[in-house]
Formats: sequence, structure tokens, C-alpha cells
Amino acid sequence: MAHEHKLAIFRGLVKFKSNTQKIWGVLIFLTIVTAIEVVLGIIKPEILMGKVLGMKALNWIFIILTIVKAYYITWDFMHMRDELKSLRRMVVWTTIFLILYLIFILLQEGGYVFNVYKDGFIKRDF
Amino acid sequence: MSTTVVNTGTEGKTWGGGNKPLNASYGKMMMWFFIVSDALTFSGFLAAYGFSRFKFIDSWPIADEVFTHFPFLHGVNAPMYYVAFMTFVLIMSSVTMVLAVDAGHHLNKAKVTLYMFLTIIGGLIFVGSQAWEWGTFIKGDYGAVQTKGGNILQFVDTEGHRVALRDFVVADAHNERTQHERKEGLWFVSEGTLPTYTVEEVLHGLKSHENVLVRTQIINEAGEKTVLSRAKSLEQIEKNGKVVVEGANLHVNEYGSPLFADFFFFITGFHGFHVFSGVVINIIIFFNVVLGTYERRKNYEMVEKVGLYWHFVDLVWVFVFTFFYLV
Repeated sequence: MAHEHKLAIFRGLVKFKSNTQKIWGVLIFLTIVTAIEVVLGIIKPEILMGKVLGMKALNWIFIILTIVKAYYITWDFMHMRDELKSLRRMVVWTTIFLILYLIFILLQEGGYVFNVYKDGFIKRDF
Repeated sequence: MSTTVVNTGTEGKTWGGGNKPLNASYGKMMMWFFIVSDALTFSGFLAAYGFSRFKFIDSWPIADEVFTHFPFLHGVNAPMYYVAFMTFVLIMSSVTMVLAVDAGHHLNKAKVTLYMFLTIIGGLIFVGSQAWEWGTFIKGDYGAVQTKGGNILQFVDTEGHRVALRDFVVADAHNERTQHERKEGLWFVSEGTLPTYTVEEVLHGLKSHENVLVRTQIINEAGEKTVLSRAKSLEQIEKNGKVVVEGANLHVNEYGSPLFADFFFFITGFHGFHVFSGVVINIIIFFNVVLGTYERRKNYEMVEKVGLYWHFVDLVWVFVFTFFYLV
């Protein structure tokens, strides 16, 4: 069992003295990110309601912050940072590739079905 | 000197065996395999949710208007605070889990016991909160009328605030129909709970309250639900109103599209089941720690393996939180 932990996060910007300290540091970071998400979700700033790449800018921010949180949970809580590069890539890249593929197909088709109804080819709204 | 060949001559070479190219134990590898496959299952559910949402992109319920309750604060509009609290509880229990793993590395039995205990408590608080969330969702709040085409019509006052059916509809005492149960005659026929009001009573109440309007599911350019004019409101209920809906189940949903409720029950239910099984596994490992099984083994890797599963449950919740409550 590997006892060595890499103690630097944010690409070496923040270094912790012990693994326990790093855990608390990551908790603080995750809490801040969640708080930002909740505050944005409640006030919904008008400036972020514009569309970027077919979706509200605010929604993009939520998704990016979620991925940031997922990164720190996987890397520091699940110790992915301390695993070998080969294990890390096998787990992460496989999952990300398959999920992106799945999301692309299903959202594309969902939008298509919406248009079929909208253009009146099938009537359902009565 | 004759040589007896007992070795293959490949020791120390790449294919000689005994290598650990990933430097991870069998158990940990298998846990990662499971996590990858389970992650794909959850992605399937969330992507299917995205499919249905894109299909009804102009009429999907707005999550802020659905999850507005907080325990013990009745009638206070508190969107997302409770679910944010739940998220924090789960992240916190992830932290105590990783602290337990860390204490395991130092073979500190007392600390592992304490942190495992706290993790279990966190998991139980989360599952309890989810049960409460389900209860509130199923019970509903304002009530609505479903049209013949399956659309939901909700009620608002002239300022756009939601109005509950109980605030303007009076149930006609002479019109009361009792719910049919199996014990009364036809044992093979049963029906669900009857709504408090009938559509006629809602129409009557709407006619006598000048300031109540109907709100449809359709989302307008401002990102809000469309409110009909007074004349249109009366016409919609009279012509298309079919059944009064209170709360949500797998067939009807007072908040909007029934698919929203179906996915809510299915995805949060599946996640809640993961949390529940995680708590059970944690309890088993907790007792093993207390009994000193890993102390004798001089190795707390088992804690690390269930820890991976527990963090994964937390990881999934982060995504469910975003896609169900925020986006």
C-alpha cells in the first residue's frame, strides 16, 4: 500500500504539510464551489442568462463547476493523484469518452424530437 | 556440472510474471472496474433525463419552483437551501471517510473507528433528508388541473404568485364521492386516492375569484411560465380541464410533465439506494474495525476500498445536484 501522498493541489500553487491538512483544504475548496453554485442558482444574475453555444451561460458555469468538484473528489478523496498514470488514464479517459458519446447522441435526438413536435408534424398539445 | 532447469529464465523480465504494472491490489482494481461501470449506468440515467428535457425543452418544470421547502419552515420560500445542505452533508461524510483511510495508513484503530462512525452518521442523515424530500414532493403543495392532452394548468394571482387550490376552491359537500376499495363489492377493481376537488368545483372557484389566473407549462422568452388572461383562463379550465392533480406520482405530477417526476423518483431513488447500501457496507466494515480484524491483518486496505465506493456515491450526487436542481 502506497503511503506517499502528493500534497500539492492547483498545479503546485498550494502545498499542504500533511495528508490530513490537504483533506481539510479540499473540503474548504469544495464548500466554496458549492456555495457559489447555490448563490448563483438563487439570484440568477441577468448578465449570465444570455445563450452561449445553445445553452444559458449560467448553465455552462454550473456544469464546469461540477466537473471541477468531480475532479477534486476523484483526485484527492479517491486518491487518483497518487495512482500510476496508466491506471488513472484507463479509468478516466474510458469513462469520459463513453459519457460524452452518450450525451451527444441522446441530446441530439431529444432536440430532434422536440422539432418534430414543434413543426407540427405530430400534434400533441391540445 | 549439470544444470537442473527449475527456472524459466524469464525472471525479472517483462513477461516473467509477478509484475504489478498498475501498482494496485486486486481488490482496488476491481472496485475501480465497478465504479467505471456504475458511473456509466448513472450517466445513462442522466442522459435519458437530458433527452426527455430536450424533447420538452419549452415546457419542462423549473426546479426552483418545485423544491422550495425546508423542514420546520412552513410556507417559507427556500429554493435549494435544503438540497445544498444535503450536498454538504454528503461531502462532509466523504471527508470523514478519507480521514478514516488516512488513519488506517497509520494503523490508528481508535481514529479509524471514530471517523467510520461519523461517516455512517452522515450517510444516515443524507438518506433521511432524501426521504423527507420525496415525502414533500409526493404530497405536493399547490395542486393543479391536468388537461385532456396531459398538460398541467397551475394557478397564480395577478402578481404572479402561486395560488393553492385550497385557497379559492370550495368542495361541494353534496357532491362527495367515496373512494372505491376492494372490500366494497368488486374485489378485482380498485382506484387511487380521489383528489380533494373536482374540475367543476375548481371552475366554480375560479369564476368567483376575479384575481386568479391560469398558468400553463409553456416557458416564454423571459424564461418564465406563461400566464393566461382571465378570459382564456376560464376557457382553458372549462374546455380542457380533465382531472385535479395534487402532488406527484408515476402517472401525474402537479409540477408539470409527469416525466419529471418519473426521472426524479428513478434517479434520486437509485442514488439513494446506493447511499443506503454504502451505509450498510460501512457498518459491516465499522464492526470489523472495532473487532480488530484489520488490526491483526496489519492492513486497513478494506477501509480504503469501501471508501472508494463511498466517494463515488458522493461524486454521483454532485452531478445529480447539478442536473436536477441547478441547470
